[in-house]
Amino acid sequence: MRPFTYERAPDALSAVKAVAENPGAKFLAGGTNLLDLMKLDIERPTHLVDVGRLPFAGVEEVNGGLRIGGAMVNSKLAAHPRVRELYPVLVRALVSGASGQLRNKATTAGNLLQRTRCAYFYDTTKPCNKRQPGSGCSALEGVHGAHDAIFGASKACIATHPSDMAVALTALGASVETLTPTGASRTLAVQDLHRLPGDTPQVETDLAPGELITAVLVPPPPEGGQVYRKVRGRASYAHGIASVAVAGGRVAFGAVAHKPWRAAHTEDALSSGASPAEAAEAELSKADRNDHNALKITLVGRLAAAAIEESKTRRVA
Amino acid sequence: MSSVKDWAAPNPITENRGGLIGKGVDRYEGRLKVTGSAPYAYEVEAPSRPAIGYMATASIAKGRITRIDTSAAEASPGVLLVWSHLNAPAQAPRGTRANPRSQRPSNPALASDRIENFGQTVAFVVADTFENARAAANLIEIEYAAEQGVVDFVASFDQADQPPGEEDVHIGDFPAAFAAAPVTVDETYESPVQNHVQMEPCATTAWWDGDKVTVHTSIQMVKGGQHALAETLAIPSDHVHLLTRYIGGGFGGKGQAYDDLILSALAARALGQPVKLAYTRQQMFHGTIHRPAVSMRVRLGAQPDGRLTAFAVEAITHCARNAIFTEHAANFSRNLYAAPNRLTGHRLVKMDLPGAGPMRAPGEAPGMLSLECAMDELAEKLGLDPIELRIRNEPDVDPETGKPFSVRQLVQCMRDGAARFGWERRNPKPGQVRDGRWLVGMGMAAAIRGNFLLPAKAGVRIDADGTITLRQGMTDIGTGTYTILAQITAETMGVPMEQVKVEMGDSNFPPAPGSGGQFGAATAGSAAYEAGMNLRKALTELAVGDPNSPLYGGPAEYVTFENGNIAIENRSETLAALVARAAPEGVYVEGSISPAADARDYSQHTYGAHFAEVGVDTVTGEVRMRKMFGVFAAGRILNAKTARSQITGGMIWGVGTALTESNVVDARYGSFINQDMAGYLVPAHADIVDLDAIFLDEADDKANPMGIKGVGELGICGAGAAVANAIYNATGVRLRDYPMTPEKVLEGMLAVGL
Repeated sequence: MRPFTYERAPDALSAVKAVAENPGAKFLAGGTNLLDLMKLDIERPTHLVDVGRLPFAGVEEVNGGLRIGGAMVNSKLAAHPRVRELYPVLVRALVSGASGQLRNKATTAGNLLQRTRCAYFYDTTKPCNKRQPGSGCSALEGVHGAHDAIFGASKACIATHPSDMAVALTALGASVETLTPTGASRTLAVQDLHRLPGDTPQVETDLAPGELITAVLVPPPPEGGQVYRKVRGRASYAHGIASVAVAGGRVAFGAVAHKPWRAAHTEDALSSGASPAEAAEAELSKADRNDHNALKITLVGRLAAAAIEESKTRRVA
Repeated sequence: MSSVKDWAAPNPITENRGGLIGKGVDRYEGRLKVTGSAPYAYEVEAPSRPAIGYMATASIAKGRITRIDTSAAEASPGVLLVWSHLNAPAQAPRGTRANPRSQRPSNPALASDRIENFGQTVAFVVADTFENARAAANLIEIEYAAEQGVVDFVASFDQADQPPGEEDVHIGDFPAAFAAAPVTVDETYESPVQNHVQMEPCATTAWWDGDKVTVHTSIQMVKGGQHALAETLAIPSDHVHLLTRYIGGGFGGKGQAYDDLILSALAARALGQPVKLAYTRQQMFHGTIHRPAVSMRVRLGAQPDGRLTAFAVEAITHCARNAIFTEHAANFSRNLYAAPNRLTGHRLVKMDLPGAGPMRAPGEAPGMLSLECAMDELAEKLGLDPIELRIRNEPDVDPETGKPFSVRQLVQCMRDGAARFGWERRNPKPGQVRDGRWLVGMGMAAAIRGNFLLPAKAGVRIDADGTITLRQGMTDIGTGTYTILAQITAETMGVPMEQVKVEMGDSNFPPAPGSGGQFGAATAGSAAYEAGMNLRKALTELAVGDPNSPLYGGPAEYVTFENGNIAIENRSETLAALVARAAPEGVYVEGSISPAADARDYSQHTYGAHFAEVGVDTVTGEVRMRKMFGVFAAGRILNAKTARSQITGGMIWGVGTALTESNVVDARYGSFINQDMAGYLVPAHADIVDLDAIFLDEADDKANPMGIKGVGELGICGAGAAVANAIYNATGVRLRDYPMTPEKVLEGMLAVGL
C-alpha cells in the first residue's frame, strides 16, 4: 500500500468534485475490493474520498419499480422485503456473491464497479494490460480457462466481470443514476455501464472521471419467472465459472465477458418461440470460440437452457 | 529399553478412575482463543514496540539477480533497514550443522544472487509500521537473468529417478501374476500440488538481550526451530530461546524454519530493537512448502472371487532441486491388502518449484486417492460390493512384512460404517439415482495411517497450593494438545482438571518432538504420563517418609491418588497439604518415553472407513456433498471432542482434495496461479453438510503405556477417494484427475452422453 490521503465527503457534489479534480483520487465505499487491491499494490490511489456514509443507502418505490441507493450494502438489499417480493433474481444473485461478511460491507455501486478476479490481474509479477497498459495479457495463453471471457474479449484482455448482482440487474433492465462533476445527473443502462476491453482494458466503464453512481433504478418486474443460477467450484464464496439470470423474457450471462452479458439473441429466439436450448444456442453460437473454451461455451448453453426452463415454472407473486 | 509388555499392566490412564480420559473436555486454551487473548507469534508483547519487517520476493523461477536498487526503499518514510544479498549479515552456509546434534541445519536468507524458485525472498525491509515497510519493499527495483527451469511436472517424467537411498519393493512375481490374472485394473491417477493455507501465516517476533535472542514464532517443532536459527546465526543453541505457544494451524507446513524466523532475528540484532515479520497470504504459497503433485499407476490383478493375486502401486512425484523430499504415496499400500505378488515404489523429479514437503498425512493423503478408487473399479469389474472386495483381501498379518498387527479393526470400521451410513441404499449400478436435477451417488474408501512413538520428555511440578504444572517443549497447532496433556496429567495425578496447568512451546522446557505425523498425542502424552508417574513416586516417598503425614510409614505400593488426595486406604490428605508442609518450595520431576525395543515387531496403524454421498448437477457438473460419515479405530481416545474435531477436519480436507484444492503451475513463469484463498478453494461451510465420525472402542497396548494412537492425519486418508467413488456411482463418470472440478465432471458427463 502506497501512502495516500483520505477525506470523508460531506455531500455527493463535493465528493464528485474532489475526485474529478484529482487524477490520483478514487471513491471509497465498502472498500471490500479497493482496499484489497491497494494492499496488493494493484490499485495505487493517492487520495481516497469516502462516500460510504453519504445518504444513498435506502430503497424507494418509483413508478412500480425501485430506486436503490448506491451506498446500500448488499446484505441489506438482499433482505429488503420489496426486493424479495419483486426481484427474486436479484436476491439470488446478491446472495450468490462473495461471503456474508463481504456482503455486509459491499455497496450496490461498489459491486457494479468491482474489478475482475482474473488471477493474472492479482499477480503483480505477471504482465496484465489492466494493471499495466501495454504490458500484455498473461491470461491469454494462461492456465485459467474456466474463468476466461467467451464474448467480446480482445487480444489485450480476456478477463471477465465478476459481479453476480450486475447480471441480475442487466436481465431486469436496470439502469444507474450518476452524479457528474458538473453537478448534473444522468442515467445509463447497467448493460451499457461497462465497456468491452478492446485495446484499453484498463478503462472498464463509461463513467467520466469523478462520476459517482448514486442509485440503481430497477423497472417494474417483467412478466414471467425469475431465476439466477451460478456455477462455481464450491458452494459459497467463489467467483463464478458462469452464471445466468432470467427475468421473464430477458436473459443475461455472467462471468463470460468483460461486462454482464445481455443475451439478446437468446431473448429474440425466445420471443419467436424457440425452445430454451435453441434460445441459449442462439447466443452461444456467437461466442468467440477458441481451443480452450469449448467446454465453457457448452456449460453456459446448458446452464442458460436450464435456467430458462426453470423460469417457466416460477412466477413472481 | 522398555518392551511393549511393560505397557500392558493397568495404570492410572487405562484405569481412568477420574473419568477424564475420553471425556469431551473443552479446550484448555479455548477461552483465550475465542476472546482473542491468546497471543500468537506476531502478537506477543515485546519488551518495546517492535519494528515491522516485510519481504520482497522473486518474480522468476530460476536465474540470478543482475541488479538490485534499494535506494528508493531506503529513502522511503519510516524505513530502518533494507537488505538484499548484497548487504545481508553473514550467515552460515545452507546445510551447515556446526553442532552435530542440531535437529535442523542452517537455513540462511538472502544468501546469494541465485534464484531457486519463484517467491524466494530477495530483499527485506524493516520500517516503523507495516504499511511503510510494505510500501518501501514495493519500491525496490530488481533485474534478473532468468534461466529455464524444470517447472512442468507432467512434462518431466523422463527425468524421474529413484529417490536417494530407496529401492522398489518386490514380493513374489508381480509381472507374471498380473499377466495371468483373469480380472485386472491398470489405471493412473493424478493429484495436484496442494497448499496448507493455514489460517495463521508463518510469523516471528524477535528481540535480543545481549548475545541471546528470544523468538516467538509459529512452528510445529520447537527444537528444530531453535537449532535452525542457532546454526544459521552461528551461535550456540542455548543462546536461542524459542517460544511457540499458540499456532494457527500447521498441517506439516510449519515443521521447519523459514525466512521470517531468520530475518526477524537478524534485524532485531542489527537494529537493537524487537522486530516482527509475517508472511503475507500470497507469500505463503511460494515462500513455504507445498504438497507435491503425484501421478500414481495402480495395477491390480484378481481372481474371479475377488482375491488379489497381483498388486502394484507406483508413484511419481517431485521436489525442489536443492531440498530433497519424497511424498511416499505408495507406502501405505504395503500394509493394507493381502496379495502374494507385489510391487511398490516411488520416482522423484527434481524441479525448480518451491520446496515440496509434508502436508497433513504425507504419503497417504494423495496416495490413497489412487488405490482406493482402483479398488472401487475392480469391485465393479468383479460384480462385488466394494466393502466385500476389501474384506476378501483382508490380511491376517502385515502383507509385506508378515508381522502381526498390534490391533486392526479395518473390517469392523467398514461394517459399522456401512450400517450407520445406510450403505445398503447404494445402487451398485451407477447413474441410476436422481433427486431433481441432481444425480446422487455413494462411495466408500478405507483409511490407514501409521502410528508412531518418538522419544520425548516432560516435566511436572506441584506447588504448595496444590497446582500441578506440566511443562514440555511441545506444540499445540490447534489440535487440542494443551487439553489432552491437561487431561493426562489430571488423570495420572488424580486431581480435577482445574488443578492442572499446562505450559508448552518453549525451548527451555523438556523437549518433545512437536506436532506432526500424528505422533504428537502419543509421544508428548506418554512423556507427560511418565512424568506424572514419577511425581506420584516422589509424593509417595514424601508422604510415607513424613512423620506429619497421615500416610507416614505406610506401604508405598498401597498409595493411591484420587480426588486431589494422596491416600492409603482410609488415611489421606490433600496433595496441597502434603506439599505445603513437606516440600513448600514445590516438587519437580521429569519423565521420558522412548519407543519400545520390540515395538517394531508389530505392524501398527490406525484405520478407518469413509462413506460419502454426493449430488452431481446434471446440467453443470457441480458436485455437492450430501452426507459424509467415517468410522475410525485409533486406539484409546483421549478427548471425544478434540478427536472428533481432528478427524472430521481431516475428512473435510478430503472433500477439498476431491473437489477443489489445486495449485496450478503456470509453466511459463514457474509459479502457482492461485495465491490467495479466493483462488485456492478450500471447502466453505456451505460445502459441508451432515458430516460426522465415530471411533470404535479400542486400546492398542503395543503403542504406548496409554494405548492411544494419533488421529491427526487419519481423517484425510482415503476421504477424497470416497468422494470420487461417489461421483462415479452418481454419474458413471470415472475421473482419475483430482480435483474433480465442475469442468472435469461436465467433460466426463458429456463423454457419456449426459
